[in-house]
Amino acid sequence: MSRNDSKYFSTTKKGEIPELKEELNSQYKDKRKDAVKKVIAAMTVGKDVSSLFTDVVNCMQTENLELKKLVYLYLINYAKSQPDLAILAVNTFVKDSQDPNPLIRALAVRTMGCIRVDKITEYLCDPLQRCLKDDDPYVRKTAAICVAKLYDINAELVEDRGFLDSLKDLISDNNPMVVANAVAALAEIQEHSSRPIFEITSHTLSKLLTALNECTEWGQVFILDALSRYKAADAREAENIVERVTPRLQHANCAVVLSAVKMILQQMELITSTDVVRNLCKKMAPPLVTLLSAEPEIQYVALRNINLIVQRRPTILAHEIKVFFCKYNDPIYVKMEKLEIMIKLASDRNIDQVLLEFKEYATEVDVDFVRKAVRAIGRCAIKLERAAERCISVLLELIKIKVNYVVQEAIIVIKDIFRRYPNTYESIIATLCESLDTLDEPEAKACMIWIIGEYAERIDNADELLESFLESFPEEPAQVQLQLLTATVKLFLKKPTEGPQQMIQVVLNNATMETDNPDLRDRAYIYWRLLSTDPEAAKDVVLAEKPVITDDSNQLDSSLLDELLVNIATLSSVYHKPPDAFVTRAHTSAQKAEDEEYPEGSETAYSESSSANPANGAVSTSASVAPPSPPPAVPVPDLLGDLMGMDNSLVPTDEPATPAGPPLPILLPASTGQGLQISAQLTRRDGQVFYSMLFENNTQVPLDGFMIQFNKNTFGLAAGGPLQVPQLQPGTSARTLLPMVMFQNMSQGPPNSLLQVAVKNNQQPVWYFNDKIPFHVFFTEDGKMERSAFLETWRSLPDSNEVSKDFPAIVIGSVDATLERLAASNVFFIAKRKNANQDVFYFSAKMPRGIPLLIELTTVVGSPGVKSAIKTPSPEMSAFLFEAIETLLKS
Amino acid sequence: MPVAASAVYFLNLRGDVLINRLYRDDVGGNMVDAFRTHIMQTKELGTCPVRQIGGCSFFYMRISNVYIVIVVSTNANVACAFKFVVEAVALFKSYFGGAFDEDAIRNNFVLIYELLDEIMDFGYPQNLSAEILKLYITQEGVRSPFLSKPADKPVPNATLQVTGAVGWRREGLVYKKNEVFLDIVESVNLLMSSKGSVLRCDVTGKILMKCFLSGMPDLKLGLNDKLFNFFLNIFFNYGKTIELDDVTFHQCVNLTRFNSEKTVSFVPPDGEFELMKYRITEGVNLPFKVLPTIKELGRTRMEVNVKVKSTFIEKLFALGVVVKIPVPKQTAKTSFTVTSGRAKYNASIDSLVWKIRKFPGQTEATLSAEVELISTMTEKKSWTRPPIQMEFQVPMFTASGLRVRFLKVWEKSGYNTVEWVRYITKAGSYEIRC
Repeated sequence: MSRNDSKYFSTTKKGEIPELKEELNSQYKDKRKDAVKKVIAAMTVGKDVSSLFTDVVNCMQTENLELKKLVYLYLINYAKSQPDLAILAVNTFVKDSQDPNPLIRALAVRTMGCIRVDKITEYLCDPLQRCLKDDDPYVRKTAAICVAKLYDINAELVEDRGFLDSLKDLISDNNPMVVANAVAALAEIQEHSSRPIFEITSHTLSKLLTALNECTEWGQVFILDALSRYKAADAREAENIVERVTPRLQHANCAVVLSAVKMILQQMELITSTDVVRNLCKKMAPPLVTLLSAEPEIQYVALRNINLIVQRRPTILAHEIKVFFCKYNDPIYVKMEKLEIMIKLASDRNIDQVLLEFKEYATEVDVDFVRKAVRAIGRCAIKLERAAERCISVLLELIKIKVNYVVQEAIIVIKDIFRRYPNTYESIIATLCESLDTLDEPEAKACMIWIIGEYAERIDNADELLESFLESFPEEPAQVQLQLLTATVKLFLKKPTEGPQQMIQVVLNNATMETDNPDLRDRAYIYWRLLSTDPEAAKDVVLAEKPVITDDSNQLDSSLLDELLVNIATLSSVYHKPPDAFVTRAHTSAQKAEDEEYPEGSETAYSESSSANPANGAVSTSASVAPPSPPPAVPVPDLLGDLMGMDNSLVPTDEPATPAGPPLPILLPASTGQGLQISAQLTRRDGQVFYSMLFENNTQVPLDGFMIQFNKNTFGLAAGGPLQVPQLQPGTSARTLLPMVMFQNMSQGPPNSLLQVAVKNNQQPVWYFNDKIPFHVFFTEDGKMERSAFLETWRSLPDSNEVSKDFPAIVIGSVDATLERLAASNVFFIAKRKNANQDVFYFSAKMPRGIPLLIELTTVVGSPGVKSAIKTPSPEMSAFLFEAIETLLKS
Repeated sequence: MPVAASAVYFLNLRGDVLINRLYRDDVGGNMVDAFRTHIMQTKELGTCPVRQIGGCSFFYMRISNVYIVIVVSTNANVACAFKFVVEAVALFKSYFGGAFDEDAIRNNFVLIYELLDEIMDFGYPQNLSAEILKLYITQEGVRSPFLSKPADKPVPNATLQVTGAVGWRREGLVYKKNEVFLDIVESVNLLMSSKGSVLRCDVTGKILMKCFLSGMPDLKLGLNDKLFNFFLNIFFNYGKTIELDDVTFHQCVNLTRFNSEKTVSFVPPDGEFELMKYRITEGVNLPFKVLPTIKELGRTRMEVNVKVKSTFIEKLFALGVVVKIPVPKQTAKTSFTVTSGRAKYNASIDSLVWKIRKFPGQTEATLSAEVELISTMTEKKSWTRPPIQMEFQVPMFTASGLRVRFLKVWEKSGYNTVEWVRYITKAGSYEIRC
């Protein structure tokens, strides 16, 4: 039986507002109700009916629940724009909150919480206090949420009035829905607060797990989400928790299932027994697969999450690849995600089947999907060495269909396959060349040209092929021009005959004279000079062997993956970005309160730092460093410190004693860190590299839960253990030595000495700062060489490995002191000789992995100017080495 | 954070707001404009159901001619949000008596506002069970229980039932005749290659229940699943068992008990509901085999031969069998011979549609057709050959082999109940590549 409310939307002629006003003040109940409905209808379509505020509020005092609800709805929408008039409603609210009917009591509290007007908020406290202790569970569950609403408006008020304690009491309520809402409210408040408010102890944990059985489906989600933050003490506890959560996997509600999966995955990290883990993986697979029969939108969310889950636990769905085969009528976003997962699950066992599927998809209609399917074949080839040949033959079949975009996509992936398996599949180049003229997309063209250039010696008519592209050189996009330039140079170097020589003239002319693209011009000039000065060197540079590329289908970094897995089912897991990369309003009222205490600087500093967060969490992503979970703040030393009245600058007990040493450079000034100041430097001690850090807490709150991560860097430096910093009381500081390991997370690209660090704690946003890696910390203790060994090494290295640099400003005053200082940094003195008025010193040092470094310093003692020459098997490091030498000599 | 929404919008296909509700003020009231300009009016629509625009994220679903859009600015629980929308729509449908579309929303906007206020608080989903909500949110405001009775005597236990452990059933129901109807509805999903090998095949089944039972009955259901009655099979040799890959249950089923004792026990909601869903991939009995041969004879002619075989027993028959055989867009003329049913060419879906009203078990039917094509110069790309699709219903047949062994009803008054069980298998996505 449907009603006909649409009549309320019909507009009357002019003077609608006055007419409504009149009706609202009518003496007849029904007329008043109809009028309010008309007002709401007008509000819905976006008309401004705020001028009727007083008249609508006058209708509030009614017995009719439906009318009351409509008036309340109006109030929620307009109270903010009419704060002074909103006060008129307060009396009724307060009265309603004491109504004998629990529905009305709850309604009043619920609505009051939605009206974000300060004056009303003050009046809300007493009714809320009463309702939190109401006899009726319906009122209590509404009041619980209302505390979270109030906290959002005025956190201080909530804390002062003791609502948090009342809320915590509700966790022990005998009604499951009240418990669930209280948990949701507490979890939300905790998220916005810097203080520990809602700490889950093993006692609350067990209580909440029991409540799970009786909650509504949504309540189960609230509880599971809140509990997923809980860190079990040991494997046994983790197993217990998991055992009580696994029944939820059978729930019909997808949100319950995903939250249960999240919690199980968290606890699994602690479980050591492989049997238990295997068993859990087995249990999780079917529910995950079942999610794929839900609505497509839910499927999408599930697939994005499964993508993460299989990266961490590939075994879970290893045998289920078939369920990810695309249905013809799947929406495109589902198909794309399925494809992504198929690549991840592809293995030598199932690749034949998978290839058949990909081939099928490559003939479908949607161009983007077809392209992705072709690319998927290439990615499988790169991932599975043994299947590469089969993948390539499929690609060749597809090329033969001669559908333009399929061919182009295939060529792009084949280029990558060549780079993955050099000198294996070049026989197919002839086939590729056949489709040369169909290429019209820059990327495909560029790839084809790269292939021709790279394999010019095996393609008989390479010069003709390239020449055909050259005709249109000036019109090509930059990407293609660059490749053409390089390919022509390669061709010339490989076949220095007349044809290519002419071509190269044309190209170089074109690329230097007739272009505005600085990249192209620069590259052309470099080639030109190389070719004209030393063709052999040109060969070394241009035809150098390329590093073999690897499979990137498991692209997410492990620490980012950790963070995303904690966020299963949330937006973060759908975007594959950490929450702070897209949530801007991170800290609300709590933050505001804090900011007020730092009137100057801190506010701007905060916004600055938050904008500096790399969009996709580039810094925090890397590094397999600090395990995300264990709270490093050990309460014991903290307590001891307090008890014994010691200075709070505690040294974590299990660390090597930290000598006072010279002051560390400040990397995160207090003004940027909202009161947290971090100084740090890399040092070497007892054969190991440490990150010596000093934390100073100038905020008003204790800081704890410090964690650290390092971005990928040239030397692959990463933390060798968790950061051991105790809880920092305001005004205190702590020093720590963080052991470091090398070659953990190496960055690609040109070497540099930049070290990007991210530090977080439980109270503040993540701080990012940069440090410079002083290379001398890598010199190992066993770098001392015998004279003879030194000479032999020197001779055995080719002269091209010798690099030298002048430090005109450096003066070596005292030879002994300098030698001592160098020796302290593991640069060992070997010998000294006189050359005219100059002294020549020889030193040896050893870099990690046993790479020797030989140094020759030439100087006149006491006068400025030091010439330094180094010889090492890896001269590409020389820039760093000189930097290190300079630092050591200077200090 | 389990928050599901900061605001919910209902938009029509043009993007007009039909109804909206703001639950939190972290998203501006005009956020829907962003949705309109950045998603609805672009090609983005339909490419991804979760989008970020500026500081806000949008989740949207289309249901008939309405877009339901959820806006958040925090790291909200997306799974929760979508499920909320699905459940809310089911709730609205149950209130409106069936349809959910633009008109239904306009005609019931007061009711929807009232429901939206009740089913979500500050972005947290609350009780969405229609059964309970109907107790105190009634179709006609005038008939609200608070008016018909003195104000100091509210509807008995309404609030207790909303929050209670059995939040889906109200107390004090009385039926003259106590009856339970069980419908086992299965959809077979098949993807078969052109060579006849099964690429993917599964059955998704659900057990729909209609209960007209008095009081607060406890029910126990037994199936021929291996998990369910391992012991019964050993001791009583209960016959063939099957293995379900996965089962999910309505919230009334005690999951902990299912996990420990492998019994499905529950206090059912009143009326109709979906008790459980299951999935099975091993040992599926495919009701139909399809053998297509499609030959392209030159550029303008095609020969299509499709043979369909029914594999279920002779006593049974399938109803509403439809076979859709795709043909190229430039089809000009078609001619058919069929051994049963009727076939015609439907240009709007570029398919030959072959319908057979009643298809007995253990028989076969064939269609042979000749298709003439207009030869075109522009159509360079070869025809992509979408799969053949099939629709059917087979009553009293389960592709999974699932059977109900028993359904026990226990109520303290000890009444007798009558149980009815029906089985039906339908085609889900039944696709054969050709």
